[in-house]
Amino acid sequence: MDIQFTEEQELLRSSVRRLLRDRYDFDARRKIVASEEGWSRQQWQEFAELGLLAAPFSESVGGLGGGELSTMIIMHEFGRHLVVEPFVETIVLAGGLIERLGSEAQKQVLIPGIADGTSIWALATTEKGSRFDPADVTTAARREGQDYVLSGEKAAVIGAPWANRLIVSARTSGHRHDRSGVSLFVVDRHAANLHLQSFRTIDGRRAAEISLNNVRGELLGGEGEGVAALEACRDRAIGALCAEMVGAIGELNDATLDYSKTRKQFGVTIGAFQVLQHRMVDMFIAHQEALSLMQHLNLSLGAGEAGISRLASGAKSKIGYAGKFVADQAVQIHGGMGMTDELNVGHYFKRISAINIQFGDPAYHVLRYAQLGAAA
Amino acid sequence: MELALSPEDAAFRDEVRAFIKDNYPAEMRVPNPETDLSKEQMLLWHRILHKKGWVAPLWPKEYGGPGWSITRRFIFEQETSRAGTMPPLAFSVTMVGPVIYTFGNEAQKKKFLPRILSGEDWWCQGYSEPGSGSDLATVRTKALRDGDHYIVNGHKTWTTLAQHADWIFCLVRTDPASKPQSGISFLLIDMKSPGVTVRPIITIDGSHEVNDVFLENVRVPVENLIGEENRGWTYAKFLLGNERTSMAGIGRSTRYIAKLKAIVEAEIPQDDPAHLEFIREIARVELDVLALEATELRVVAQMARGIDPGPAASLFKIRGTEIFQDITALTHRAIGNYGLAIREHPGSANHFVPGPDYGHTASEKYLNSRKLSIYGGSNEIQRNIIAKAVLGL
Repeated sequence: MDIQFTEEQELLRSSVRRLLRDRYDFDARRKIVASEEGWSRQQWQEFAELGLLAAPFSESVGGLGGGELSTMIIMHEFGRHLVVEPFVETIVLAGGLIERLGSEAQKQVLIPGIADGTSIWALATTEKGSRFDPADVTTAARREGQDYVLSGEKAAVIGAPWANRLIVSARTSGHRHDRSGVSLFVVDRHAANLHLQSFRTIDGRRAAEISLNNVRGELLGGEGEGVAALEACRDRAIGALCAEMVGAIGELNDATLDYSKTRKQFGVTIGAFQVLQHRMVDMFIAHQEALSLMQHLNLSLGAGEAGISRLASGAKSKIGYAGKFVADQAVQIHGGMGMTDELNVGHYFKRISAINIQFGDPAYHVLRYAQLGAAA
Repeated sequence: MELALSPEDAAFRDEVRAFIKDNYPAEMRVPNPETDLSKEQMLLWHRILHKKGWVAPLWPKEYGGPGWSITRRFIFEQETSRAGTMPPLAFSVTMVGPVIYTFGNEAQKKKFLPRILSGEDWWCQGYSEPGSGSDLATVRTKALRDGDHYIVNGHKTWTTLAQHADWIFCLVRTDPASKPQSGISFLLIDMKSPGVTVRPIITIDGSHEVNDVFLENVRVPVENLIGEENRGWTYAKFLLGNERTSMAGIGRSTRYIAKLKAIVEAEIPQDDPAHLEFIREIARVELDVLALEATELRVVAQMARGIDPGPAASLFKIRGTEIFQDITALTHRAIGNYGLAIREHPGSANHFVPGPDYGHTASEKYLNSRKLSIYGGSNEIQRNIIAKAVLGL
């Protein structure tokens, strides 16, 4: 099942790798995170110039046609460098939804701005108490002429303070959990009556609580198509986040192994202790399995295989647990140093913890994997 | 679960309980006392306990301790921890105090012990160094004799709350030629001495609890040496034994489990399959606490009969810290998407933290508690101790 990457894909990987090596080392990232905005528009523009923001889109909408595998390659490298810029939010989530749901006009108008880096998006679907269920929506959308007006509250929207557009889920019919009554809307983030309260996230990014009070929204896709579209979009986001997680796991393993070969206690390097050797072997195995599942998932996403949601949940769970194990042990083996803000290890730990919340934690997804299996 | 108590001990327990209820300062009930309180606020309870004569349960009566039996010490520990009170600074009361009254001379006892009891002096611990974490015997901080002073040079690290400290007790190397353990001395250093610099270390939860302490040509009077020169390792080991006794943390874990249950009930509807999953996870960790509590009670009962507990402290440290890490991880998971948020440090009143109040410190507790399996002798070291001392391996 090992992927034979094409020449183009190898080129993509090496160019992302080079850019990040030159421009996105840990100190550069620290400066970006500490900046007023908390992300780098300049960096984003460089991603655009390199073609990363256009890579996954199909050629018919002005993309490079790289699909899920290009996203995987990019996110794997982003995971190694803890890139904070909103690639998943803007490209995979918003871009993916627009490409699959949008009208011809919407695609022609919205995707070029995404691909050239001028337009930043966030996905506002979670609400207080909705946890990981995209059908749990109380924000309401009411038709008014050609458009809709939205009222309600969205919770913990990642990247919202950076975005100029949002995709918001809102109820056009049915009760709170009704799957068929949820629709998606494009909303101007700076619209009047849209209020945003920003906060920092554990992984050095920004998110916001959003309240909408009669905010104009443009329907994306058909009425009632929201939940199915969000679930499909979540599968692709999981493919991307799993790649990011595997990138982070690999870095943690390398760092831990290096440290264990230099750190001396009791007259020997700590890597000489068998208990730590075995633990690092388990970390290595976790990385190998996670890498394999990441490839398997993204290949299957690209091929549009049936039952992809089940595989996505399985991968999110398995890779999530692998990430947690590796992150815990990387901190433990680094000792006090692993607890400091100064060293990168703790920052990988926090990014892995955040991925394990986004779109559902590993326990949620193992259950979903079981349920989708029973239903099949 | 309770120890079988005599009527007198039961009355004592009730007295402790009532005293806490009537006297624990409300302003100390903040989400995270270690990082949210000022030095003066942290000392409020200390001073109240001092006035009552209860600030140093471990200490013999002649030095100002309450003269309690092992059972009463345990009852006090249990009640204060169950009530969620912030204990008096361990570095002063539990660590350096007993070293001073056990190995110090009369002048040192007279000078330091009353000030520890009153809270006048705040102590921090100068043990770890960048190259000496688990392997403390390799400390490199040097103390060279110069007349009636030592000249101390070195770098101590992970020094908890050194930013508040008046004094630091240090392991220093006085004989570089001898074997690692035998060239170490135990020195008390005034933090106001010229040449002492404290630099904050920010941890992954964003808080400032620990520090680097740099010692550059610090002149320390010889009278601040504890016991004999080059015998410091003995005193250090004595102190570490005290450090690890109360690490089972049953009271704390029990309180956090109660809080976790309330969060799960508020966050996750009963018909959500995640509800059952959390109920099961909580039950599992409750059983972990129950088993550890039973073990602790068994050990306390044995100690009350005069049986040496051996390295039971290592068992408590391993399980107590791992259990608390599990609880903080579950709590962080229970608050769902708000687990992404984290309070900013230093906290400011107008800073926005999203979501229900009960979740506001979940992220930092989760991150901060990763330290528990590392500090105070890593859990790997504790396992080595049991392997060697109990299993004879």
